[in-house]
This record gives sequence, C-alpha cells and structure tokens, in this order.
Amino acid sequence: MKRVVITGQGTINPIGQSVAETQEAMREGQCGIGPLEIRDVDRLAIQIGGQVRDYDPNEVFNRQQIVLYDRFTQFTLLSARQAIAQAGLTFAGDLAARSGVVLGNSGGGMNTLDDNYRTVYEDGKNRVHPFVVPKLMNNAAASHVSMEFNLKGPTFTVATACASSNHAMGQAFQFIRSGMSDVMITGGSESMLCFGGVKAWEGLRVMSKDACRPFSANRNGMVQGEGAAVFVFEEYEHAKKRGAEIIAEVIGFAMTSDAADIVMPSKQNAARTIQLAMKDARLNPEEVGYINAHGTGTAANDKTECAAVADAMGHHANDLMISSTKSMHGHLIGGTGAVELLACTMALKDGVIAPTIGYEEPDPECALDVVPNEARDADVDVVLTNAFAFGGLNAVLALRKV
Amino acid sequence: MSESVQDKVIAIIAEQAVLEPSDVTLESTLEDLGIDSLGLVESIFAIEEAFDIQVPFNANEPEKSDFDISSVAAIIAAVDGLIKEQAAS
Repeated sequence: MKRVVITGQGTINPIGQSVAETQEAMREGQCGIGPLEIRDVDRLAIQIGGQVRDYDPNEVFNRQQIVLYDRFTQFTLLSARQAIAQAGLTFAGDLAARSGVVLGNSGGGMNTLDDNYRTVYEDGKNRVHPFVVPKLMNNAAASHVSMEFNLKGPTFTVATACASSNHAMGQAFQFIRSGMSDVMITGGSESMLCFGGVKAWEGLRVMSKDACRPFSANRNGMVQGEGAAVFVFEEYEHAKKRGAEIIAEVIGFAMTSDAADIVMPSKQNAARTIQLAMKDARLNPEEVGYINAHGTGTAANDKTECAAVADAMGHHANDLMISSTKSMHGHLIGGTGAVELLACTMALKDGVIAPTIGYEEPDPECALDVVPNEARDADVDVVLTNAFAFGGLNAVLALRKV
Repeated sequence: MSESVQDKVIAIIAEQAVLEPSDVTLESTLEDLGIDSLGLVESIFAIEEAFDIQVPFNANEPEKSDFDISSVAAIIAAVDGLIKEQAAS
C-alpha cells in the first residue's frame, strides 16, 4: 500500500479566507457566527449563522464565471487555488491523466435554487437564466476544479450530508493508497445560508437561536455555517521526490452505516467506526492525542459522540483531547469535515489544539477533555476526525505527524 | 377549553401514532403512544398548521420549553394557551 500525505491546503470559511487566517482564528478561539445577512431574514425563526463576510465574488471572478459558479463552487475554487499553489503542482501528461477531484457537498447550489425558485414562484416569471442547471448541480464544483487545473482522473462529488467531506477525503485517500492516483484534490464545500436553506433546517427544531456550544450542558442546538476547504493529497514518494513540504500523513479511514434511524445517531456504530479507523491505521487508542469531534452542539450528537469515544478508546478517553471547532465556524454540513481537518493539521504541524469555544457548563454526559474556550499547546503524533451524518452515515479519518 | 381544540390535537396525535382517536387518552404520554422525536416534531408542525400558531419548541432542550409535552392533556392545555396568547397579540 502506498503512503498518502497532504502537501497543500486552502480554505475560505466564516473564520478566515486562508489557512493562515483560519488557524490563527482557531488559536485565538474567534467566533465567526453572527447575525445572518440574507434576504427575508425577518421571516426566519433562526437568524444567526457562520457566514463568509467581507467577500465580493466580483473581485475574484469575472462575469462569465459568476453566471456558472454558485457560491459553493466559488468557495471551492478559491480554496483549491490556495491548496494547489502551496503544493506547487502543475498537471500535465500522465500526472494530469491520473489525478482527480473528490469533493464533499450536500445541498448543491442552494443559493441558485433559492434565487430561481423566487423568480418563477414569487415573481411569477416564466423564464430563468439558461445556466441554472450547470450552476446548481452538486458536482459543479468538482468539475470546475478539474477544468481549471487540468485534472483528468477520477472526479466526482460525494453527498452524505454532514459526513460528505470525510467520505470524499476517505475516497481520495484510497485512490492514492491503492496506487490508482498519485495526486488527488479533495475536501468539500457548502453554501446553504439562504432563506429556503435555513427555513428547511428550522423545521427540525434542532437549531440554536444564540450560539453553538458543543459539549456544554447548556447547549441548545447547531448553527449553520458556509465555506470550503480543499487539500492536495499526494503519494508519499511522489511528494518526497519533488521535495514538497509535507503537512501531515493520512494513515487510516473507516466508514459505516447505522442502518437504524434517519436522524438519531448511534453510539455503537460511532464507536465501531472510530475503532475501524484505528484498525485501518494500525493504531492503538493510546497513540491518539486529539480527536476533532463532530460536536454539533445538539443534545443528541454530543452525548452520543462522547459515549462512543469513551467506548472506542477505553481508559485512554480520559487522557486525550477532543474539541469541536463548529463552535467557531458553525456546521458547514457537506463542507464541515474539510474545514475541521485544518484543526487536525494545525495540531500535528504546529502543536496547537483548537478549542471548543462557548463552553459554559460541564455536562456529566460529555465528561471528556473538550479543550474548553482556549487553545492549548500540545505535542500530538496522531489525530482522528469524526463525522456522523444524518442518515446514520459515519466516516472517520486518522492522520499522523510527519 | 373548547372541545374542538382537544379533538383536533387528539386527532393529530392519533394520526402520528397510527391509532384511532378513541385510543388516545388524556393521560397518555407520547412515549406510551410510540411517538419518537421525529414524530414529535411532525406533530408540532401539524399543530402549528391546524391552529395557525407558533409553538416555541427546541428539541435540544424540551424541558426548557414553555410547551409542555409530558402528556396529551398537557399538550392540549399548552396549545389552548398559545391560541389565546397569540390571538391577543
């Protein structure tokens, strides 16, 4: 089996428009959640979110591009440009033929859908822009990345709700580990902070009206965010030969299905997925120093996840750190695992553990070291990152310091 | 309390529980009736639609909600209160 390393990373999300800005915000425990600035927000019961602010697409894309790029595609391309620039790769010949793009996304072009439904239903028009379909399809981002960078290998989008990015990065990992590809562009993106998107989430009554406080006894729900993160996964010898800077190594992956409930998480299967990821990476629990939690801030997820970690890790659960950066950037749904992987690479590369901010009251059902409110310096060799999606779909990745 | 509020709420709960309205008693709890968290959220939606009211309910902290769901009678009383309160405002 080939070894897989990360040689580039890029992002735009509610706490930063680059990896440096984002990791600095994570170190400082900055919150990117605030009042939503979207049309008809006064008709929403939930009026907060993690929006990407101070961002004008017209400054970075031309008119011909914007008519084809939904916001989730824009975020993906901006992240991919940073990641591929950092990796220092250009794609031609055999490398281009074997390199592809696997991205996570859940909702597709929700802003495009929202805008065009308004046009036909609310405004009563009988005509929409001719590019609505290629703009809203949820493989649009992956395709545009492949087109911009000449990536002609396996390219597709994975849609598994909140686990989309972890599933996508797991696929990219397996393409390289198996020898099919030397380089894969992977990660995920989401942008569903529009009236229809938030209205749909309101209906489930799991959203907080004030803050995302994972693991805190007074948590009262999730907060939605938007944005993207994209990584360059590369075969280790390929990276070494060209002298690339290696950010971290991806060493294991597991995915399972609860086959039980469409929304309620399963402790047993979350634990099983964590154990399978460690088995795939040939790890003992004692080697894991940090877990980036799914940590949505809902009553159900956080207690189930903590119990699952306790089961999977045994005694070591009390010695490791686990935090949820959703407290800062919100839940990016299909893009969330990718942005959260930045907390993992920061832990491995810089020795800084991102905090769980907004933590106010200990919860006996979440009695782990959740790195409350302040980042911590710690030397960790191995980290895991969890994603447990609606639909009962679980995906856990393992990474090691290089 | 108007009879129709009670009858309508019981009809909504009965439909969710896949029971006859006559099998839903005032003392029943949602758990007794086999209504899970999704069923509860759907019932609240149906109640909001039927009575044109907003029900303040967050599934993350049901105990903090003013909307008492401890029994069918409690739900009916809460709906009745919301109808009066929201008609007044």
